[in-house]
Amino acid sequence: MNSILTTARHVGPLVSRIVAAVLGGYALAALASVAAVALPLGKPDAVMTGMLASFLVYALAVVWVFAARSAWRAWVGLAVAAIPLLAAAAAVWTGAAA
Amino acid sequence: MTQKTTAPKARGIRQTMSDLHIWAGLLAGWLLYAMFLTGTTAYFRDEISQWMRPELPAQHQVPDAGATAQRVVDTLQQEAPSSPQWSFTLPDARNNVVSAFWRIPNIQGRRGFQSAIFDPASGEKLHARDTNGGDFFYRFHFNFYYIPVLWGRWLAGLCAMFMLVAIISGVITHKKIFIDFFTFRWGKGQRSWLDAHNMLSVFGLPFHLMITYSGLVTLMLLYMPWGGDAAFKTPAQRQAALAQMSAFRQPARPTGESAPLASIADIVREGQQHWGPDGVGQVIIANPGDAAARVTLVQNRAERVSISPHTMVFDGVTGKLDSVRDSASAAAETRGVLYGLHLGNFADVVTRWLYFLVSLAGTAMVGTGLVLWTVKRRAKLPDPQRPHFGFRLVERLNITAIGGLSIAMTVFLWANRLLPVDAAHRAAGEIDIFFIAWGASLLHAVLRPAKRAWVEQLWCAAALLALTPVLNALTTSRPLWKSIAQGDWVFAGLELTLLALAAAHAWLAIRTMRHKPKPARKPARRAQPGAEGHAQEQVTA
Repeated sequence: MNSILTTARHVGPLVSRIVAAVLGGYALAALASVAAVALPLGKPDAVMTGMLASFLVYALAVVWVFAARSAWRAWVGLAVAAIPLLAAAAAVWTGAAA
Repeated sequence: MTQKTTAPKARGIRQTMSDLHIWAGLLAGWLLYAMFLTGTTAYFRDEISQWMRPELPAQHQVPDAGATAQRVVDTLQQEAPSSPQWSFTLPDARNNVVSAFWRIPNIQGRRGFQSAIFDPASGEKLHARDTNGGDFFYRFHFNFYYIPVLWGRWLAGLCAMFMLVAIISGVITHKKIFIDFFTFRWGKGQRSWLDAHNMLSVFGLPFHLMITYSGLVTLMLLYMPWGGDAAFKTPAQRQAALAQMSAFRQPARPTGESAPLASIADIVREGQQHWGPDGVGQVIIANPGDAAARVTLVQNRAERVSISPHTMVFDGVTGKLDSVRDSASAAAETRGVLYGLHLGNFADVVTRWLYFLVSLAGTAMVGTGLVLWTVKRRAKLPDPQRPHFGFRLVERLNITAIGGLSIAMTVFLWANRLLPVDAAHRAAGEIDIFFIAWGASLLHAVLRPAKRAWVEQLWCAAALLALTPVLNALTTSRPLWKSIAQGDWVFAGLELTLLALAAAHAWLAIRTMRHKPKPARKPARRAQPGAEGHAQEQVTA
């Protein structure tokens, strides 16, 4: 039992980071691609700019997740980055940016 | 990746990035190696396809585009009269056939398409052996095989993301990236592997970064649909955006009133006047035989870098030019350039060879990285004679991914020559044989001691590669000496390249064979214990 707990304590943060990198990173990239639609460009151009930039956002998010000092900080960093993107994306979804 | 996250003291950025680089590289490495190598051959995809259809004579002159298009359309009118849309590519300097596909009425999606290859000279269906040719490697490099296309593309995208992360973290890890490029320590085991890996990576860094990122861009509509979903409220808006990216679109609704198709030859000639004699790449005909028929010409991709669609649309009944699109928006052009850079369709012969060689260096970068993983760890094994399961797994998969793929790809070429010309499901048979060979190499790698397996597979690949020109001389009327004498550089070039690759494999096999593992277990005081067991030495250049 004890050993399971020890293992979990060792593996937990790593699994957490992997999830943050693969899924969290994708979510952030997807959010960025929607937020980009709010850019003052023509709709098709804004959409394409968002798609083009999203992979760089994803890659940098992954780098951040593993560079952060702890798994918690990694998640917090993603969340902080998501706030402005979420604001812009919300404007797109509600049609305010149209 | 970060097993030491619970360690009290945080580790430096170089250490964490090094771990990220190593694990991202390893986990996707085997598939990435295959994607890189098959993708590399795709720069000569048309030439490989020509070699795999030896019945078709070498093309000395590109046939007249207008007459060819008309012949193909005449055939399609017999073949697929009820189809709502036909589409075909015209032959050019590198491609001696017409690839056509058309929609089958009332079936949506990918299954609603039929395809065939036509002989430009007759316009009839091609009388040559049934083969996927170089297209198999090309499609495998982002679709894989035996799995649904969408899964394959997502898997390829995941691997490409791993690659992008591995490149960025690799650069961060590397503080002396410039100096290391000029450092090569021969015959120093792990050091040499590291130097080879660094050199191959740094040498092609702009290319590796470009090819990975642009690879993601080619399929970005699949990977990142969210912006479009949010922005486009109507199908018309979405169509307008797609029109910036692709010449292909849904055919309009037919009127039901029949009307003969205008002369396609004349339409294509008008396209040639606009774009030049080699300018017309593709012809798309919507609603043929209907009063609403439309003919779209697409500019040949070899003409410029960006693949953003340049099109001319004609009324399909009167043959009158309706509209010309010769530009795209800034973002669409950016995407078009990235896409075009990935495909390299614009490349002339010299650029194409550069593409091929740098891409080969990228393949070797992934390969040396994979081998480096085992070399580094072998020194630290508690008992090098009996490595733990994870080590053995990586070791065997490396052999299969690297040695086995060379064998399988060459066997694919052999299958093309040896399968009976009129065998049923011949094209699929060639591909099945490719995978059987690859599977056999996995089995071999598991059953044999690692070093033996490396040497035997490398020799096997070298022998198969070297004998391919012999096989070709025995099974076709176009042996290497004749190709050289007649200046048929598609056949000669491909076979000479195979001979060069055979030499490279033989060299690797000899180096691996001669390599004597230094006694491990005694960690020297120096930074490099130099105990890297067997199997590996310098890698390809």
